[in-house]
Amino acid sequence: MALRKPPLREAHAARDAKFTEFGGWDMPVEFDSIRTEHAAVRESVGIFDVSHMGEVEVSGPDATTLMQRLTTNDVTRLNPGDSQYAMITNEEGTILDDTVVYRLPDEAGERYLFIPNAGHDAQMHERWTVHRDEWGLDAQVNDVTEEWAMFAVQGPDAGDAVAAASDGDAADLPKFEAHYADVVGARSWVARTGYTGEDGFEILCPWDDVETVWNAFVDDHDCTPCGLGARDTLRIEMGFLLSGQDFDPETEPRDPYEAGVGFTVKLDTEFVGRDALEAVYEEGVDEKFVGLKLLDRGVARHGYDVVDDDGHVVGHVTSGTMSPTLNEPIALGYVPVEHAEPGTRLRVAVREQEKRAKVVSTPFLED
Amino acid sequence: MFEVPEDRKYLESHEYATTDGETATVGISDFAQDELGDVVFVELPAEGDEMTRGEEFGVVESIKAVSDLYAPVSGTVVDVNEELFDRPELVNEDPYGEGWMLEVEVSDADEFDELLSPEEYRDQTE
Repeated sequence: MALRKPPLREAHAARDAKFTEFGGWDMPVEFDSIRTEHAAVRESVGIFDVSHMGEVEVSGPDATTLMQRLTTNDVTRLNPGDSQYAMITNEEGTILDDTVVYRLPDEAGERYLFIPNAGHDAQMHERWTVHRDEWGLDAQVNDVTEEWAMFAVQGPDAGDAVAAASDGDAADLPKFEAHYADVVGARSWVARTGYTGEDGFEILCPWDDVETVWNAFVDDHDCTPCGLGARDTLRIEMGFLLSGQDFDPETEPRDPYEAGVGFTVKLDTEFVGRDALEAVYEEGVDEKFVGLKLLDRGVARHGYDVVDDDGHVVGHVTSGTMSPTLNEPIALGYVPVEHAEPGTRLRVAVREQEKRAKVVSTPFLED
Repeated sequence: MFEVPEDRKYLESHEYATTDGETATVGISDFAQDELGDVVFVELPAEGDEMTRGEEFGVVESIKAVSDLYAPVSGTVVDVNEELFDRPELVNEDPYGEGWMLEVEVSDADEFDELLSPEEYRDQTE
């Protein structure tokens, strides 16, 4: 199957980016070096092309009901311009994907935009339409992934960069809120959200205007072009989940409580998976998503076993890297609750050697 | 353009061995370090260990990838660049100089004939 291309694929290639396949898309993984890109976001400001993220719009008289029944959080708490992190679960309470739900301003009625992960847009569009029809709801569901490009402008100087590039009051936009603004002349949806742990914005701009907008941020507003490599090291330092890796209905089936995102589950709402999750909530989980720091030299990576002091495999790593900020090997993974307390000594099997590790609380970075 | 010095020969898998001394200096090429990106860890044999041409002798890890290292020549390890344990980034900064990995006493000098010349290696990486 041919890879989907972000609208700036050739422009990134001209900037000497290296590419990787992610979620069926051919995406820039590294422009200069992961370390320098990572540092730019922690210290000043970087820009990521995340046009591989999906966009699905839901509107109509029953839009709120449909959204409420298919996501774990409570969309009725959203005012226009608010955003909310939520899980999409199946009947068993297993996470299918995580998403951000935006309520769009619309005088005609309730309208939502949600962001499935790369490669999940068609699947989620289908899930929404099938359930809509099954429940006899009146709502329009549109996959607009290839109408909107998405850029993440992230870092302590992101507010200045976005304010300078747009006509809205970006600097005053509260965290997790969003508004429409002209960004270098392109009508865009600007949200104060991100996946790096820094202040920042995610900007949905029309697919046709991407080059102007990207170039303005990079050339006029000093944003360092960043690839998916730095996006990964930044989010691992914060302990943020990656769909398809830290949870996946096929290869890493997890419920929101195991995955450490129970705060997104509102059991007083009705949604697919609610009853199963109520049972988990009452009985407690067997395994938990934890942070690990390696005490020996080495790098823990996806799939490596976590071993207890007696040499028994008790869990596994789902994400790991050398933290560019801390210069220490850090990892995320699942271990039984009896091994999940911060300070617990464990080992990670790196090739033939077992490296000493300890459980730490996330984020790995202190404020 | 990547640097491909003339005083050494290369394996298809991007390791080099110098040809101008009593012993061979072994490391990875400029092209390889660029492909890997930021190197954060190297695992190397100890002094006195034997290595066999074409077989794994260690591992280099960057932030994004793990890569096995293959021996360009057979021989005995007579020196290990322990500086790399604390400063693995030297592999990126100076792959042919301070980023060297091993000194090897070569057991069969004829093996050099089977390695790629600088010109052949340059062709491979273009």
